[in-house]
Amino acid sequence: MSVYYTKEHEWVRVEGDEAIVGITDFAQGQLGDIVFVELPDAGRQVTKGGEAAVVESVKAASDVYAPVSGEVTEANQALTEDPSLVNTDPEGKGWFFRLRLSDAVELDGLMDAGAYKSFCDSQ
Amino acid sequence: MADEQNALPLNDWHVARGARMVPFAGYAMPIQYEGIIAEHRWTRESAGLFDVSHMGQLVVAGAEAEKGLEALLPADLAILKEGRLRYSLLLADDAGIIDDLMVTRRGDHFYLVVNGATKEGDIEHVRERLPRTVVLDHMKEQALLALQGPKAVDALSRLAPGVEALGFMTGGAFELGGVTAWISRSGYTGEDGFEISIPAARATAVADLLTGEPEVRPIGLGARDSLRLEAGLPLYGHDLDRTTTPIEAGLGFAVSKRRRAEGGFAGWHRIMAELENGPVRRRVGLAIEGRQPVREGAFMVDAEGNEVGKVTSGGFSPMLEAPIAMAYVPAASAQPDTEIRLAQRGRIFTSRVAPMPFVPHRYHR
Repeated sequence: MSVYYTKEHEWVRVEGDEAIVGITDFAQGQLGDIVFVELPDAGRQVTKGGEAAVVESVKAASDVYAPVSGEVTEANQALTEDPSLVNTDPEGKGWFFRLRLSDAVELDGLMDAGAYKSFCDSQ
Repeated sequence: MADEQNALPLNDWHVARGARMVPFAGYAMPIQYEGIIAEHRWTRESAGLFDVSHMGQLVVAGAEAEKGLEALLPADLAILKEGRLRYSLLLADDAGIIDDLMVTRRGDHFYLVVNGATKEGDIEHVRERLPRTVVLDHMKEQALLALQGPKAVDALSRLAPGVEALGFMTGGAFELGGVTAWISRSGYTGEDGFEISIPAARATAVADLLTGEPEVRPIGLGARDSLRLEAGLPLYGHDLDRTTTPIEAGLGFAVSKRRRAEGGFAGWHRIMAELENGPVRRRVGLAIEGRQPVREGAFMVDAEGNEVGKVTSGGFSPMLEAPIAMAYVPAASAQPDTEIRLAQRGRIFTSRVAPMPFVPHRYHR
């Protein structure tokens, strides 16, 4: 199981030809209390670097970008009931959506856990 | 860009307590410590300490100070008793709001607290218009703290006995941690509480003393904003500005009876016309359907999609656990329960005009 990270603080966990996307612990810490997540509908095509979701904290709305391109197959409905899962378990129960990868080569440009940690430390 | 921001007296104190610092009004300010929702609820249940030292603390002194200020503010300062404060507005000739402020009669002078982002402009505006015999002093050496919440009185009366006798919107000088503090029973959260002016050099010691009380935790600007929004209190630069008038903003209470009758202050003609005919638009509270906040900058749209109003503050209410907002809407749409359609990032949200405050005030009358 491989997890990759972006400079925009999204994570993507690859499972076969599918991937699960969320925001990192660093990102949720920066955003603060999450009160709403706007998720993409299943069937929507998202493009690497394009807007895919919106996460709303008490203070502000922030875009979440697709780390890789593909077709959304499922959104995490648990976030509709309890958006604070993004704060309490960002890289687990707080996942955003699942997609079918359209180009696995796009993963090559992303960071692994070690590189991402160094990136955050430098922020 | 920390070096481009001025550091406030409590800067290191905030950092040592884990605050996240952000630029605000030209200063580095704490946006949050443990989290906005937790800080917000703590303030409503217990007591929160806010550093508002970025605000401008001004003294206006001289035999003609009352007359000079009455030309710029719609408040009746003649009947303002010693140690009493009033919410007031610095007005332009067209009744546009230059700033909102608190004015206190304090001995031989008036003490004004104005917004941090506007203080330099306010000072210039007031100095240019005051009689030459009146002196305006910007007390840059004073820090300002706010202790807000139902248990603020318990904590503060232990340290500064006597404050418990202050009524809402009154103030006095008290000994606090070995310094003389000017303490008023006032604030910006809708809760009972106090605002405390102290020498900047002693701010750290006083903040330590206050947060040493079991009821008190430090609270950041994030919760300050969500608390004042729930309390229905407008924020200058967002809900009030040079294009809004006191009547549009629902602040007619700040235009006192004698001043309405006599005039003699900036903006009087427009205010009287709006009182008589009604303003074209009004500031209202909005309860948003669903869970997603609608923020400042969203538009009110009519059935044809025309932009007919705008949201000036919006966020998530931690107490109601629902999105709330303030907006300017056409006067005909300002009645409670009127449905208001809002457009944000290409989507339409449904809301209803809601009475403010959203969360009841609990002032100590």
